[in-house]
Amino acid sequence: MARYDRAITVFSPDGHLFQVEYALEAVRKGNAAVGVRGTDIVVLGVEKKSAAKLQDSRSVRKIVNLDDHIALACAGLKADARVLINRARIECQSHRLTVEDPVTVEYITRYIAGLQQKYTQSGGVRPFGLSTLIVGFDPYSGVPSLYQTDPSGTFSAWKANATGRNSNSIREFLEKNYKETSGQETVKLAIRALLEVVESGGKNIEVAVMTKEGLRQLDEAEIDAIAAEIEAEKEATEAAKKAPPKEK
Amino acid sequence: MKLDTSGLESAAPVWGAPSELVDGFSAAPSFEVPNTTDFDGFQKEAIQMVKPAKGTTTLAFIFKEGVMVAADSRASMGGYISSQSVKKIIEINPYMLGTMAGGAADCQFWHRNLGIKCRLHELANKRRISVTGASKLLANILYSYRGMGLSVGTMIAGWDETGPGLYYVDSEGGRLKGMHFSVGSGSPYAYGVLDNGYRYDMSVEEAAELARRSIYHATFRDGASGGVASVYYVGPNGWKKLSGDDVGELHYEYYPVMPSTVEQEMVEVGGA
Repeated sequence: MARYDRAITVFSPDGHLFQVEYALEAVRKGNAAVGVRGTDIVVLGVEKKSAAKLQDSRSVRKIVNLDDHIALACAGLKADARVLINRARIECQSHRLTVEDPVTVEYITRYIAGLQQKYTQSGGVRPFGLSTLIVGFDPYSGVPSLYQTDPSGTFSAWKANATGRNSNSIREFLEKNYKETSGQETVKLAIRALLEVVESGGKNIEVAVMTKEGLRQLDEAEIDAIAAEIEAEKEATEAAKKAPPKEK
Repeated sequence: MKLDTSGLESAAPVWGAPSELVDGFSAAPSFEVPNTTDFDGFQKEAIQMVKPAKGTTTLAFIFKEGVMVAADSRASMGGYISSQSVKKIIEINPYMLGTMAGGAADCQFWHRNLGIKCRLHELANKRRISVTGASKLLANILYSYRGMGLSVGTMIAGWDETGPGLYYVDSEGGRLKGMHFSVGSGSPYAYGVLDNGYRYDMSVEEAAELARRSIYHATFRDGASGGVASVYYVGPNGWKKLSGDDVGELHYEYYPVMPSTVEQEMVEVGGA
């Protein structure tokens, strides 16, 4: 096995590209990111490792926008993310210039995934070590979308998804609890999912909301408030579970 | 006159051919300046040399029901009429038309090429390309060949999600959005009739008749236009050819021969 994982352009005998799989490992070590799609809104939430005291937390934005109507969150190597984001931003503007239309979410996802794939089939380079969650609204049709790409260059659309640390548990939670929601309900669902694996509190998660009007980052106080609501609801359901047997 | 171009040299070192993968922003671009005597004027001379006049009449206009596109069908080489039956309205795809003015080969080839690009766009993005996008693709291609002798004066007419669309695109790289255009040597005459009779809320038949008459009048006065006046309509369901009338016949339809009254008739003089 050691012979087949040095170079990206070498297949192993059983059909693996080890470098790509190692890149996926890097993603699994990255911070958790979750995305949930509602009927009129898409929500992105990212785990924030507690900031060092002297660090200016405003400079470490984990959810970025690629254009007025498209936002991206990722898990994995943040330096690789910067390069990918810059190229995607340029492509968004280039598309506006050549066809006089903003990109659709699918188009820019396809572009980013294509870029990630290119780096799995060239000599002397390594794959990007990140998976992205791309959200946005298509121009004109106004349909909200959530897409995910990974280091191998595959992409697909999702109703809700997670990537990064503990993404399996988050995805399980979402599979159990997902239903069509809109507005604040979607935000709550996303935060609930993230809080499964992250310590509660506005300090530890970054949440952004994409509506037809654009991207809005929620500030700490708002997140704290919603987290408190979620806690209260959890306690209420716990209490309700314990109460009925007594009433009988 | 050798110009001092040291200011144009780029300061950054160039590491061989910049790889697309490695860096998107390598050395600042620098360009070579041509070695001519008349630096400011030589381009104009070159263009004038290759610029053939566009002997044709084509027109298109947007109205309430959609877009009306019409053209003549004469091809001329100087004073020689080489054909009376040239198809100057090119069907890019079932919902977009292009008109031909200028070099016939250039127009046909690049419209065909545009049709391919539009189809690829549809396949990749699962939706039709807009008229805006299609015209921009063509304009960008023509701009990149600017000064190399392409002669294309075309109108891209179509119907997309935003409704009817009409753009004028030419080989200088210009691209204009508008409600009415006429291109070619007969266009002044066509504009006269078109501007006079145009109303936004015409019916399809009225608009077709206006287009037909405009082409006819242009062919009447312009020697480089003639043949058949074709009229196409682009609506929400795509384009449809409405008519193709020989302009000679149209002439007698519009101006039928009146038997003139004779004051005196010559009488046969009988006898020797």
